[in-house]
Amino acid sequence: MADMLLHFLLVLVMPPLLLGVIGKTKAAFAGRVGAPYLQPYYDLARLFRKGVVISDTTTWVFKAGPVITLAATMIAALLIPFGKHAAPISFDGDMVLFAYLFALGRFFTTSAALDTGSSFEGMGSAREVTFSCLAEPTLFFALITLTRLSGSLSLTPMLNYVTLPLWADTGAALLLMLAGIFVVLLAENSRIPFDDPNTHLELTMIHEVMVLDHSGPYFGAILYGASVKLFLLGALFVNLAIPFSSGNTYLDWLLFVACMVALAVSIGVVESVMARLRLIRVPQLLVAAMILTAFSLVLVVR
Amino acid sequence: MLQDVMRDPFVRVFLAVVLTAFSGIPGLFLRKGPTGQRLATLCALAASALALPAILAALLAGEHAAYLVRWTLPFGPCELLLDPLALFFLIPIFLVFPLGSLYANGYWPNASHPTTQPPVTFFYGLLAAAMALVVIARNGALFLMAWEVMALSGYFLLICEHRHREVRAAGTLYLIASHIGVAALFALFSLLASRVGSFVLPGAGALHLDPSAAFPFYLLALIGFGSKAGLMPLHIWLPSAHANAPSHVSALLSGVMLKMGIYGLLRVTTFFPERPLWLGAVLLSAGIVSAILGISLAAAQKDLKRLLAYSSIENLGIVAAALGSAFIGEATGNPRLAFLALTGGLFHILNHSLFKPLLFFSAGSVMHATGTRDLDLMGGLARKMPKSALLSAVGVVAICGLPPGNGFVSEFFIYLGWLSEATAPFPILALAAPLLALVGGIAVISFVKLFGAAFLGAPRSEGAEHGHESPASMLVPMGLLALLCLLGGVLPQGFLALTRPVLATLAPSAPGYRLPVSPLWFTAAALALLLLGSVIALFLKGRTAGHASHGPTWGCGYIAPTTRMEYTGTAFSGIFTTLWGGIVRTTVTGAKVTGFPPAPARVSYTPREIILERVVGPLFKLCDQGFSLLRRMQHGEVQVYILYIFVTLVLLLIWVR
Repeated sequence: MADMLLHFLLVLVMPPLLLGVIGKTKAAFAGRVGAPYLQPYYDLARLFRKGVVISDTTTWVFKAGPVITLAATMIAALLIPFGKHAAPISFDGDMVLFAYLFALGRFFTTSAALDTGSSFEGMGSAREVTFSCLAEPTLFFALITLTRLSGSLSLTPMLNYVTLPLWADTGAALLLMLAGIFVVLLAENSRIPFDDPNTHLELTMIHEVMVLDHSGPYFGAILYGASVKLFLLGALFVNLAIPFSSGNTYLDWLLFVACMVALAVSIGVVESVMARLRLIRVPQLLVAAMILTAFSLVLVVR
Repeated sequence: MLQDVMRDPFVRVFLAVVLTAFSGIPGLFLRKGPTGQRLATLCALAASALALPAILAALLAGEHAAYLVRWTLPFGPCELLLDPLALFFLIPIFLVFPLGSLYANGYWPNASHPTTQPPVTFFYGLLAAAMALVVIARNGALFLMAWEVMALSGYFLLICEHRHREVRAAGTLYLIASHIGVAALFALFSLLASRVGSFVLPGAGALHLDPSAAFPFYLLALIGFGSKAGLMPLHIWLPSAHANAPSHVSALLSGVMLKMGIYGLLRVTTFFPERPLWLGAVLLSAGIVSAILGISLAAAQKDLKRLLAYSSIENLGIVAAALGSAFIGEATGNPRLAFLALTGGLFHILNHSLFKPLLFFSAGSVMHATGTRDLDLMGGLARKMPKSALLSAVGVVAICGLPPGNGFVSEFFIYLGWLSEATAPFPILALAAPLLALVGGIAVISFVKLFGAAFLGAPRSEGAEHGHESPASMLVPMGLLALLCLLGGVLPQGFLALTRPVLATLAPSAPGYRLPVSPLWFTAAALALLLLGSVIALFLKGRTAGHASHGPTWGCGYIAPTTRMEYTGTAFSGIFTTLWGGIVRTTVTGAKVTGFPPAPARVSYTPREIILERVVGPLFKLCDQGFSLLRRMQHGEVQVYILYIFVTLVLLLIWVR
């Protein structure tokens, strides 16, 4: 019960912190002080107090975009385990639901962008759907590998099966899979090198340009939903990357939180040392990630 | 007495078939006013009300019943059969046909189509009746006759607007492709009759043949039925046919007639006690190829109905891949795979006959409102036709396989079947799962494009600007289908129960298996989505109440944006098509912009199908050259034709002796 409460608490409270940590890391690399760690929370609080401007061309789809995306992401949050604990909900095939809930969110985010009739937002949503459709198979290759290793079709037993002995046994395969998942994590959450969340030119954006017209609480819901998505895919990565368990649940929770912060730092490092890829190169990197995870499957089968 | 007779499901189905076949006949004489069409709709609804409850009850009870009809034709006894397989495939017919018939009252009324409405209504009924007869026929000759009536009424429905060159070309292509398929079926049933000794189709598992003798049966069935189901590479007729027919006809062709191909294939496989492994492998690979290529081509289309037609190839591909996996599962003694793949595949057949007609109806409403099929000339219709837009949104979510639509549940079971193969010694089948994920991703591209370009944003043309909501006769069928799509996604138990008895017929080892996932999870996920969505929506509404203002879309600093700057559907799928240059390409033709100030210039673009143009097209050219020799015999002189007949008869007599 306490584990479940902690699960809910973490998923509700912690995601914006990751954005703060990423920002702080990037600032440190640039030699700046940077915004406080809690800046994303202040931003959200500010957005939820503001009014909205709604474009005249839009319909209900424009408002449904943020709502359905956030709802789908929050339900996906119930399916994935954090650390070596069980997820609140687990059944055979829950990973398919996990992947498809994100697809549902994507469907409505991109539709909401098209609802404004802006050419920039159309551009953003075209990029989003195209790149995501290349990221999807990578996730499924990883799931097949994990199913083969653990013999289970559900996320909780599958991810909790990744332990030190397993790493010692199939370390190479897991490493390849981790690389693939890290690429998907960056691409799906529109981080550098796929997309620059801080860029100022609409033409080069992917995710940010889709939400140009959303403002106030609706924009707040989008930002919050995006941070939860980062948190969830990050949790998937951390579950694979951290194979130990201390035996004490509370210590495990602490370890998980620390690992998530470390992940945010490493994303910040990647963003600081890399430039954004040219858009033409993005599909190539995604396909490379797909092949890496496919290789991990081959290594496991042999 | 009458009540007892009417309780027999067969009597009710048979009456419904007769009622369906004759539904359009009064209209042929009552050419003035809407009476004829209304009578036809009434007949269609009555037929459905008569047949559907009986079909569902008989299917759920797992009834088997054969009936003998007296006829004087020399093809052996005329048997009709109602078994779970037949009953299952009768459901889409008696569901989509009456709804399409109702829809036609608003979409193809006598008032605006006085010359074409009566024949369209007549052939619409005939097509539905022929399909029902195909499904219940247990005599090869009767099957072929019904099949031919089905193909021909499809043709006449398709070319009802034969003044357009494009429509005639599509009709001819359909007719040729359909008859190549029929030729294979003639060979198949003749071969069968020579083996069995009668045209009566063998019962389940009654045909014991060694593998090499069974091979031609499977091959002919794959060609004949595969071309009807639109499996690649036998799909060439499908996109133009479904795009050029009136929308309620496309709904029936795509939603129901394609499944006749799947039905035929399944029926032929039931003759044999066991299915060979290679059949499963062929179906699986053809299905995967059709799914990936079909949806990739769909993503590139700018014609609304062509997009839907290509997506039919994708969906039938998914069905074929699932059925192929089920055969593989059975041949390798893997009941889990057979069970999951068959459940998913059969469920997907039902699903496709719900969301595809819904989307074709919605396409019809859009065309009705805007007068065009070109997605790039639409836009902003959600404001003009909010109800159609909402119903289309349901269909679009369902066809992408997203929760809480019914497409998600069927694809979920197919995924589960493939993913559980990951633990097999050689997990080659598991590799189909990432491919299905890719198909799902591309489906999202295609249908966000369809929904966004047609309904969202600002209108891109005069026609789109003056769009209007459809009448109730068009909205009610769409609403009913949308409701069923959601029902299948939220409460899949009912649909799953319908697949159960069919499973027992097709995979004898599978029914002992139980679902590894409680269907209640789908209900829970859908309800959670609804609940959480409403809470968030109410919260946001509460936060913004009172301080929401309206304004134009943010133009990124540009002062005078026009709707022509909007991203079009073609632009939307542009990045994707550049990635898939080998399969589909958009060619742009137009003059360069020159001079200062620039002179007006025209640009046009067409999506091209590379495989069709580079491989299938040249093949047909080759055939054409071959047939040009034959054409010399075809010169229109009757006396010489009589000579041909005489010579053939003499040769046959010599051969028979």
